[in-house]
Amino acid sequence: MRALIARDLALAVRAGGGFGLGLAFFLIVVTLIPFGVGPETTLLTEIAPGILWIGALLACLLSLDRVFALDWEDGSLDLLATAPLPMEGIVTIKALAHWLTTGLPLVLAAPALGLLLSLPAPGYLWLFLSLLIGTPALSVIGTFGAALTVGLKRGGLLLSLLVLPLYVPTLIFGAEVARRGADGLAVETPLLMLAGLSFGTLALLPFASAAVLRVNLR
Amino acid sequence: MLTVSDLSVARGGLPVLSGVSFALQAGEALILRGPNGSGKTTLLRSIAGLQPPLSGTIEGTDRIAYAGHQDGIKTALSVEENLGFWASVFGTGKIEAALEGFDLLGLKSRLAGNLSAGQKRRLGLARLLVTGRPVWVLDEPTVSLDAASVALFAGAVKTHLAGGGAALMATHIDLGLPEARSLDVTPFKARPEELGADEAFL
Repeated sequence: MRALIARDLALAVRAGGGFGLGLAFFLIVVTLIPFGVGPETTLLTEIAPGILWIGALLACLLSLDRVFALDWEDGSLDLLATAPLPMEGIVTIKALAHWLTTGLPLVLAAPALGLLLSLPAPGYLWLFLSLLIGTPALSVIGTFGAALTVGLKRGGLLLSLLVLPLYVPTLIFGAEVARRGADGLAVETPLLMLAGLSFGTLALLPFASAAVLRVNLR
Repeated sequence: MLTVSDLSVARGGLPVLSGVSFALQAGEALILRGPNGSGKTTLLRSIAGLQPPLSGTIEGTDRIAYAGHQDGIKTALSVEENLGFWASVFGTGKIEAALEGFDLLGLKSRLAGNLSAGQKRRLGLARLLVTGRPVWVLDEPTVSLDAASVALFAGAVKTHLAGGGAALMATHIDLGLPEARSLDVTPFKARPEELGADEAFL
């Protein structure tokens, strides 16, 4: 297990590994927003939490098709499946590697980008916390989508279509935490819902991902 | 070590082989023969546990080290890192013997992406040694190997058999393993009417 996460992280930072792509995409999308909607601070302040959450979500989506596709193409997935690792463990590790290389950098960069969108001062902490709690769910759900589409050539678009609807609850509660936080309102309810979603997907989805992966390997 | 009884396997929903039975003892090698498309790969994948058989039983799946058409090599990692990864996945941790056995010592810090096709294949086969598993299930292990590397591979198989291992492989060339038995899969071809009932039912 530890070897697998170490290998995936090493591969992510090597040539062609795609580390930082999601982060760069996030930076560009968020920087483009003021160009599109104009530099009016009151408007930007109002939409900042939602924009940051949608940007993070799209950036997460961008790197999902690499989760299993590369291992499938070079045959490692077959070999991993015959190795003494449980399939559920493999998919959990894959989701964790995706979160560490894509989700975590987004969480850390988001407060800095909040500045660009003139997010109000109380919002920074809640934006950071909502992304920290919510992005693992994005990675786990995305890994499930990647397992569904593994083996399909050019399956990236289908993957996006499958995964985006599943991202809706996480987006609603995550952006709500950030918005209420920025407005100085009570955040407890959406925060608990968001945490529940993350823990729920983390507990259940690896079993579903492992099952579809077994079917797709046949 | 490996016992297969009355196994039927399917590819793409169509049965390709049925009633395959054999047993492999320690020190034995069994070579599957048969023309292209006769179901050798499907049989090997089923035995390795990658796809469920239609019927029949396989005993000893957890002793298998499988090597298919693709070597599972990460081109961005070095030869040493590639082998080291599999060694720690299988919990053995020792790669020196495997590097030496397949003449990879000189290439050990080279990126796997810069290897030739034959060298990649040797790296893929060296993985078998680091798994520490006794039953090798190999699908066309000698593809893209030159004569010297084939001899190297045959030597590795002999050493493995002498050490109490077993090997099941599909290959079209003569490996020079006098003790190996061979099994032609053609007689086990599934009859077309066997799928009729299922299809009608669907």
